[in-house]
Amino acid sequence: MIFFELFYTFFLIGLFTFGGGYAMIPMIQEQVVSKGWITESNLTDFIAVSEATPGPFAINISTFVGNSVGGAFGAVCATIGVILPSIIIILIIAMIMKKFMKNKYVQGALNGVRPIVLALILATALMLLIKVMFFGGNSFKGEWEFDIRSFALLVILSGILFIYKKVRKKSLGAIKLLGLSALLGIIIFTV
Amino acid sequence: MKKDNYLFKLLILFLTFMKIGVFTFGGGYAMIPIIEEEVTKKRKWISEMEIMDILAISESTPGPIAVNTATYVGYKVAGVAGGIIATISLAIPSFVIIFVISFFYQDFMQWPVIAAMFKGLKVGVIILLFSAVLKLKKGVKVNLVGIILFVTALSLMLVFSFIDTGFKYLSLCLILLGIITGIVLTLIGKNKEEQE
Repeated sequence: MIFFELFYTFFLIGLFTFGGGYAMIPMIQEQVVSKGWITESNLTDFIAVSEATPGPFAINISTFVGNSVGGAFGAVCATIGVILPSIIIILIIAMIMKKFMKNKYVQGALNGVRPIVLALILATALMLLIKVMFFGGNSFKGEWEFDIRSFALLVILSGILFIYKKVRKKSLGAIKLLGLSALLGIIIFTV
Repeated sequence: MKKDNYLFKLLILFLTFMKIGVFTFGGGYAMIPIIEEEVTKKRKWISEMEIMDILAISESTPGPIAVNTATYVGYKVAGVAGGIIATISLAIPSFVIIFVISFFYQDFMQWPVIAAMFKGLKVGVIILLFSAVLKLKKGVKVNLVGIILFVTALSLMLVFSFIDTGFKYLSLCLILLGIITGIVLTLIGKNKEEQE
């Protein structure tokens, strides 16, 4: 049944997300894109939509996918699925709190999981880079073609970020960066 | 006295986390200033020190940071019901906003200007992901096992994406691999040097 499948899939995603929202992207690609619930290209678009709308990415993506697959009730099932592991785990940990975090095995497990999470996000970034530059943002199937406009935009944006950081001594915020890429995107891709 | 009763706390939690849901973009760390202002400074229900502990735990337990933090702060203020109410109130604004957006989304994407905008946004997202990696890298201790885990995970992810096996649990297995390796190393005493 689709509602249970939505709940279960997002429960699994919530359970195995360590860290911020982006850490869940690889799992969404594996679980959600492969089921055909959202396309690769739509997922990337949605990351931008989610950055530009309030609220945590996790809630946004589960509501969006849930609604497009199973309507309002689907959205409820997916969203409850993604927050339920947090509620259960944090409540248990909060009750036994301090001892838990100081436990050497817990610390050991965290030391092991951090490099993995880093690798997962980097892999996502690299794959996305290849897909956008050569496959029009879609999966690797089909013929490849180098997208010179996307590449030009990447170079321009990186340049702006670099100069901003040199001059202002801090990074450009995510929202401003996306605003800039939207604006430059309209110029570059409609001309 | 009346101001500290249980229902009042639940109501404030509900309003505070709704506000966080409406005003934080990106979640996670962006929500901390609002929590501090409402729960620490105004009500004095949780100390600054406790906020730091809560953050550390939210980061390192499964689940998105923002959701974990909401549950934890809610629990600290008003027990289990507090945890549940805080988390649900955090989710409500996003849920409503995204729900409304998804109705217009498909038609919206048909417009050439919007399509061009999203092509630009895709490039922006790539940069965001790379900068997330750079930011997170600072929190990871560099040692031999860490490098081996990192390289293994990265190469498996890349190889699997290219050959497309249809295997849906690779990143989940890799997370488990990291957890198990970390625990085994602690068992045989190899993790000690990191704690010094």
